[in-house]
This record gives sequence, C-alpha cells and structure tokens, in this order.
Amino acid sequence: MDSKITIRIDGELVKTDRGASIFEAAKANGKHIPGLCNMKGLKPVGACRLCMVEVAGVNRLLPSCTTPAQEGMSVTIRSARLDAYRKQALELLLSERNHVCAVCVSNGHCELQSLATALGVTNVRYGYRYPKLGVDLSHPRYVLDHNRCILCTRCVRVCAEVEGAHVWDIAGRGIHSMLTCEMNRTWGASRNCTSCGKCVQVCPTGALAEKGFAVEEMIKRTASVERLTAVRGGGR
Amino acid sequence: MSGQTKVKLATAWLDGCSGCHMSLLDVDELLVALVERVELVYGPLVDTPEYPEAVDVALVEGAVSSIGDQKLAQTIRSKTRILISLGDCAVTSNVPSMRNTIPVKKLLERLYIEGADAAPAIPTDGVPALLRHAVPLAEVVKVDIHIPGCPPAPGAIAHVLTSLLDGKKPELAGLVKFG
Repeated sequence: MDSKITIRIDGELVKTDRGASIFEAAKANGKHIPGLCNMKGLKPVGACRLCMVEVAGVNRLLPSCTTPAQEGMSVTIRSARLDAYRKQALELLLSERNHVCAVCVSNGHCELQSLATALGVTNVRYGYRYPKLGVDLSHPRYVLDHNRCILCTRCVRVCAEVEGAHVWDIAGRGIHSMLTCEMNRTWGASRNCTSCGKCVQVCPTGALAEKGFAVEEMIKRTASVERLTAVRGGGR
Repeated sequence: MSGQTKVKLATAWLDGCSGCHMSLLDVDELLVALVERVELVYGPLVDTPEYPEAVDVALVEGAVSSIGDQKLAQTIRSKTRILISLGDCAVTSNVPSMRNTIPVKKLLERLYIEGADAAPAIPTDGVPALLRHAVPLAEVVKVDIHIPGCPPAPGAIAHVLTSLLDGKKPELAGLVKFG
C-alpha cells in the first residue's frame, strides 16, 4: 500500500503521509491552520476548537488535529465562515476567565493573545464572566494561575506522555473544569512532580510560569519540548 | 466631511490611567493637522462642564466602573455619531476588572476602614457609587470602533482618526495587538 495519500486543501491537491491528521497534512504542505491545544509530539485532543475545518460531504465542522486525512478528502481550511467561527471560539475563551494581558507575565509572548490579534479580534462580543479563581504559588519554582488557563491540556499531556509523571489532570465538568494537581493537591505538595518545567514551557498562555518573572518577561521554550519529543519518538 | 465646518471630537476618561490620552497626544505632528480639521469639544484636555450636542466622534478611555461612568457613557452615546472605545480598559475592562471578584462592600471596607491610618470611613460625598463589576464600554452602550492596546499605539489612533476624517472605514489589522 502506498504510504502517501492525496487530499485537496482549499482546492489544491497535496500529498501527505497515510495516517497523518488534516492538521499535520496541511502543515507538511506549508499551509497554516490556527490552533492552541495541538502540539507536535503530544497526542491531539481537539480541545480548543480553533483548528476546525470544513470537509466536503460532512455538514459539521471537524477539528483538524484529531481528524485523519483520508484519500480523496477535500478540506477547506480558510473561509469566511471558518474565520467567523474561530473568532467566536477565541472570544469565548477570552470571556471565560480573567485574561488581564496588561499585567500578565506572558503579555507579548502569549499564543492566545497573538492568535486573537492574527484573527483580527478587537473586542469580545460576549459578557465576561469574572470568575473568582486561585493562583497556586506553592511550588518553589513555578506558578499556576487559573485565571489565564484555557484548558488546552498541553501540560496534562506533556507531563503524562513525555515526562511520565502525570501530575496534571482536568477536574470538574463544562464551565467548572479546572486544571488539578494529583487528586487536588497543591503543586508544592505533589509527590510525582519532577520540577522538570515542561508543562510551563508548553503552556500557550501565562497560566503556568516560572517564578521571578515580571509582566511581559515569561518567554516559553516550546520548541525545545518539541525537539525532545522528536528525539524520544514519542507522540505523533 | 467638508473643510468648512470642523469635525467635533470629544474624549472621555472613565476608569483608566489616562495612558490612552497620553497615547493620543503621542500622535505627534498629526496633532497640527488635526487642529485644522477638528474641534475638541469635550474631555480632560479641554474645560467644558457639559457634554455638548451633536458630537461627531468620541474617544472613550477606561472601563465603566461607577454609576458616574455609566451615566457619562450613556450621555456620550446619545449625543455622538461615532463612539470609539480607546484602549484595553474600555475594550476589555482590563486592570479595573481585577476588583470584580471582590464584592464592592468588602473592597471598600478593606481599603477605607482596615487600610486607613486615620479617620476610617467609606467616602460617599461627591463620589459616584461603584458598580458591582467594572465592565467594558460595549457592555453598557453600543460601540462603533474598538482600538485595543495598553495603551493603543499612537499609529492606530492616528489611523482611525485620519480614516474617519477622510470618510473611510478604519482597518486596524496589523496596527493593534489584542490585550
């Protein structure tokens, strides 16, 4: 069986590896699909809903990171309709918690913020929720600020799949979902955390940060984690 | 917009730090060109007690935090053709919203009673009551254009003003960052 398949992306015929997701197929062919939860080397989960695409013959949008590319598939990754939905999804993420960029360690280096800018978001059309959320300062080196978390679960996956410690999980349901450390321990009381910091580096926002950084100072080293997963051959 | 009558521009300062007004002044030499075409009719930069009628464009800085902010925002909306939220506090409620998880009574007691060195009392005379939440301008009135940024880049403000003066729709892509 040929290891390559052919699909159509925005009308253009492209070749891609059999088994690749639509997201990977697009990336391999130099086409960009926005996304916040997907990361090379980690198992895709389709959490952020920003990589939604249109597949011909399917009357609903599909997350491109978890949808395998199939021979003969015709995919639209850029359209006015998709732009509108992606903007909506992003604005909902912003309205859900307290993303006060002006005082955030990740201001200017934040994937959520730069994607908002790239999608042309100039305001959020939904009422902000202003939930009262905590900040976990108990770890000697790192901070968890729930106010900035978008529940992308990159931290959960990198810790479980790459570091093998599985410190993080998501507790609760729906709007009450929260990142939680080992059956609701504080991070500092964690028994499994190796303090490797991979969760911090892959976090797209200022939710996980190193201590000692002020506003705009926390620059994440996502690429180094991606390289590590490539060396280990982990994930996809 | 004809060259005969000047465009009436108002600015307002709600719950913000005045940084957006500083950014407005930072448009540098454009100010000279603006003076030719614009009449500044209201705001912290001029001395007008009442918000005038038939204003063409209003730039509003700051979140809506108090009953006073809310009333002024409503007045501005009813008397202005194009209402612009200027900067992150007006657009997202930004830093002023950081008090939103604390009930107003508790917040004022902490500051003015527990935190007071002398004469502990919550001020009521001449200060408008705080709203439960500091909210973006667009949650109170209809906003026509948003210029995000903390503060917004002078270039973005200049682009919006010159576009409007030339009767064009401002295109902010590439000129602003969100948050």
